Amino acid sequence: MLEILTANRLSDGDVVYRTAAGDWVDTIDDAELIDDTDQLTVAVAAAQADVKASRVLDVAPIAVETAEGHIVPKRLRERIRAFGPTVKSDHRPGAV
Amino acid sequence: MYRYDEFDATFVRQRVAQFSDQVERRLRGEITEDEFRPLRLMNGVYLQLHAYMLRIAIPYGTLSSTQMRRLAHIARTYDKGFGHFTTRQNLQFNWPALKDVPAILAELAEVEMHAIQTSGNCIRNVTADHFAGAAFDEADDPRPYAEILRQWSSLHPEFSFLPRKFKIAVTGAAHDRAAIRLHDIGLEVKRGDDGGIGFAVHVGGGQGRTPMIAREINPFVPEADILAYVDAILRVYNLFGRRDNKFKARIKILVHETGIDELRRLVEEEFAQIRGGVLGLPAEEAERIRAYFAPPAFTARPAASARLDAARAGNPALDRFSRQNLHRHKTPGYTSLTISLKPIGGIPGDASADQMDAVAAIAERWAFSEIRVSHEQNLILPHLALDDVPEVFAALAEAGLATANAGAITDIIACPGLDYCALANARSIPLASALSERFGAPDRQDEIGPLSIKISGCINACGHHHVGHIGILGVDRKGEEFYQISLGGNPDESASIGDIIGPGFFADGVVDAVETVVDTYLKLRTSPGETFLAAYRRLGEAPFKEALYGA
Repeated sequence: MLEILTANRLSDGDVVYRTAAGDWVDTIDDAELIDDTDQLTVAVAAAQADVKASRVLDVAPIAVETAEGHIVPKRLRERIRAFGPTVKSDHRPGAV
Repeated sequence: MYRYDEFDATFVRQRVAQFSDQVERRLRGEITEDEFRPLRLMNGVYLQLHAYMLRIAIPYGTLSSTQMRRLAHIARTYDKGFGHFTTRQNLQFNWPALKDVPAILAELAEVEMHAIQTSGNCIRNVTADHFAGAAFDEADDPRPYAEILRQWSSLHPEFSFLPRKFKIAVTGAAHDRAAIRLHDIGLEVKRGDDGGIGFAVHVGGGQGRTPMIAREINPFVPEADILAYVDAILRVYNLFGRRDNKFKARIKILVHETGIDELRRLVEEEFAQIRGGVLGLPAEEAERIRAYFAPPAFTARPAASARLDAARAGNPALDRFSRQNLHRHKTPGYTSLTISLKPIGGIPGDASADQMDAVAAIAERWAFSEIRVSHEQNLILPHLALDDVPEVFAALAEAGLATANAGAITDIIACPGLDYCALANARSIPLASALSERFGAPDRQDEIGPLSIKISGCINACGHHHVGHIGILGVDRKGEEFYQISLGGNPDESASIGDIIGPGFFADGVVDAVETVVDTYLKLRTSPGETFLAAYRRLGEAPFKEALYGA
């Protein structure tokens, strides 16, 4: 199962994803794709160190798939976290 | 309106300073999230799906134009230019950064606002009838008592770690617009035989996973004793409320498991100990607080407004708006006007910063600078001359706020749902938008009449689905959004919990299902005067079940 690591950034709460270099970024496509249990264990341990270091909160591995070169979470909840609220609005820049 | 005294101002300022320091220490990594979480929650800061969320207390839903402008300013400066008014008469910002929260709280403190008691197992922000002090049918204004309860409950050391959160609502009218029977304690202001003020006290109502209608524990507690009586209830709850199971910790479970008679005995026993002590409410203190809520300087006017009537005759949109969104005022020539935050197809409860500014300006010019937030997620101008309705309607229309649907089928309550909330299992807002579009044609709404749809995206029931005439609960069915429909719920003095009508529907079928229910009602009602709720209570669930699922 293909997974990536997500969290919320401490300072502003924004949704972030962990890259292969160990950075936390806003863009899901830059996340490190993990399909190996040992690799996941290592990544989670490193991510938990960032929780301890007060960089991010609520680290979680999430299941994803790739489509046309993009990473798409399997669960709706995570798609909403990744791509924003699905509500219509004329006063909400960036809403989908 | 109530104005902070020195004590209020000091404690709010102190709290801002204290929390600013806590945020700084958290950002520097000196305290862990486990240590910080309870501190941030005590200041209204949640972590949701996309960001932090800041919930700001609006005591008993009353706001001044100055306060509304400040909320607009905060929306613009620190958020994405909008705010969300909630079913608790509060305001939530969906996108603040933690590092900005101290500055936001400092800005709020300047206009006598804060985010205390919007989270945690304490006595939460007290809510009240949104037409308080204005409605033709009230025994007295409930807000002075809501304010007295606020002062008593704010940072109350004995009640800061209750088994679970605790919500109090107050109504001043027998017709209950504050859903007091769905609160931990519901108070109804009454007049005794001698004309003196007292309260019918209801206890143990609530929604969530175990919905219950409150029971009357005392039909009349005199004004002087009300704090002592409420305190006695809290003490009994604090002692005997369950702490072993979060889902059984609300006072409704204690009432259910103990029985109202035994609970009454326990409360009376406690009350006998503290009655007449420091919690006595002296008449002069009640009077002092009441003075803050004195009615504005109304001028003598005829009961009907020839000016409005003439304008209505020439303007069908104004006529429809006046029919739908005005509520009878106790003073001749005045009205209470509902500013619907339910544009057709829009987001229930959202207002942009520009709209907040527009409402502030309109209230300032025509409505004594007073605004209310209703638990139905609308705004109210409680005191407005009927003569001024045409101008106010035009100004609201310019701000995109003149939707004529108060109490109609498109006046939908919806929680933030899975689009924002970390607890949600399904989306609420897009469903509300779709239903609003389906039923939004004015003729269709008029044909249907008063009908409330209430949507929650999880079992916690922030969207009040249990008491919607049509209630919708979103759940997760194997990774797919799935919606259960209940019928016959009602939050007022004839409160009832809706009946789950049958198997639920996936997202693509739920709007059609609601329409089937509505069409069944239209077909079976005895006359257009028989409301959906009345028809459902007469007919029962059978014809609706049959229409939805076949014989």
